[in-house]
Amino acid sequence: MIDSKTFDPNFKILIASEPGGENIKKCFSCGTCTAGCPVREVTDHYNPRRIIRMAILGLKKEVLSSDFIWLCSSCYTCFERCPQNVKIPELMNAIKNIAVREGYLPSSIKSQLDLLASFGRLLEITDFENEKRKESNLPLLCGKTEDVKKILEKLGFHREEQNSG
Amino acid sequence: MDSPQNSNYTLFLGCTVPVRALNYEISARKVAKRLGLHLSDDPDFSCCGYPIKSVHRYAYLLMAARNLALAEKKGLPLCTLCSACCGSLTEANHELQEDEKLRKRINEDLFEWVGLRYEGGIRVTHFVRVLDQEVGQKKIIDQVQVDLSSLHVAPHYGCHYIKPSTIYNRTEDPENPESLDNLIKATGAQAVQYEDKLQCCGGGVLAMDEQVALAMAHRKLDHLRAQQADAMILICPFCNVMYEGNQRKIEKNFQTEYKLPVLYYPQLLGLALGFGPDELGMKMNRVKTTELVKKINRRAD
Repeated sequence: MIDSKTFDPNFKILIASEPGGENIKKCFSCGTCTAGCPVREVTDHYNPRRIIRMAILGLKKEVLSSDFIWLCSSCYTCFERCPQNVKIPELMNAIKNIAVREGYLPSSIKSQLDLLASFGRLLEITDFENEKRKESNLPLLCGKTEDVKKILEKLGFHREEQNSG
Repeated sequence: MDSPQNSNYTLFLGCTVPVRALNYEISARKVAKRLGLHLSDDPDFSCCGYPIKSVHRYAYLLMAARNLALAEKKGLPLCTLCSACCGSLTEANHELQEDEKLRKRINEDLFEWVGLRYEGGIRVTHFVRVLDQEVGQKKIIDQVQVDLSSLHVAPHYGCHYIKPSTIYNRTEDPENPESLDNLIKATGAQAVQYEDKLQCCGGGVLAMDEQVALAMAHRKLDHLRAQQADAMILICPFCNVMYEGNQRKIEKNFQTEYKLPVLYYPQLLGLALGFGPDELGMKMNRVKTTELVKKINRRAD
């Protein structure tokens, strides 16, 4: 049972002010997104229409703390089909950006950030990789990974976990 | 040989290709050279920014802008092999080109932090789009040396090569794309049609929920088997992680067997152009392509 007193009517306004979330209030819950969603096809856990409805109702904590907002595969099928131009994958990103600011960051996504901060890439280029590239006559990669590290540090993404052991 | 009108590009490799998909890179460079495309490199490129978009949109734009600024210094359009890189850089590029206020803000930070600026003068495209639009099917057909007509291969477009169609100025219909089908036919191979042809590979949720991602890829592999495809043709290294990298795991989890070869389009094209399988990095394909190659040779004999 949901208690309507816990609804936060400002949640949809917060989302609408976030880049990508501008059109949330246009949603009239037709379900075109859910009907064509390839993730929904294999799991009940992700249902874009339901997530948008929850957000509009103001179920802020339930939405932001959920795993399901991270299950959009960003295939953009719903983006192309939505009759109200809600831009659902971008809307999901807006919600996820808010969730991260509120302290909800799944550990698997955190690991990706750590890799980016360390190597400027998701996969490290070591001597081993370059040796393999050399054998295949491919140009070697070095890369100024310091730049990415600096950008992420300036924006407040430090490798906290590593520092604290 | 005449070069295509737009024949000079800077190649953007991204994270996955230069480490996990050398066969894609090797074959793309080989066919590019044969078809008169000149690809140059910049070792300073980093990740395109895509993985951080869901966490911090501004950080994504900065990372993309850094790569675009490096490309702008070289003055050539940027050509990606990874479809997610293509989508991510194209979207950021559009936003930075159209929103002057945003570009100013990004450039202030970018210059202060890493000494770069992006003025919005670069075009971003995908290697397969270049083959389709700049090289063109006719030129490919003219260059074909090996008869691939015995092969029935299934095109997998993936998502970010065509969608969101707004960032690509609706280059092709997102519900009915044809470029990869046409490029396959240009090699002489047959393009197999199958259920849920445009379905996502699931790669986008692999880190978050492996079982969901595997279930998504499993569905498509089933549909391909139903059509008895000889191979699947990809244009994105992330789709490859799902269909080839995880094929054994899917077979185990769902108690089934596919042994379906998965080729990057430049590998198929390379075979048609007369390159040997080894020259196209096919030893690196995890699902063996021996039978596939035999099938071509039987035809040739």
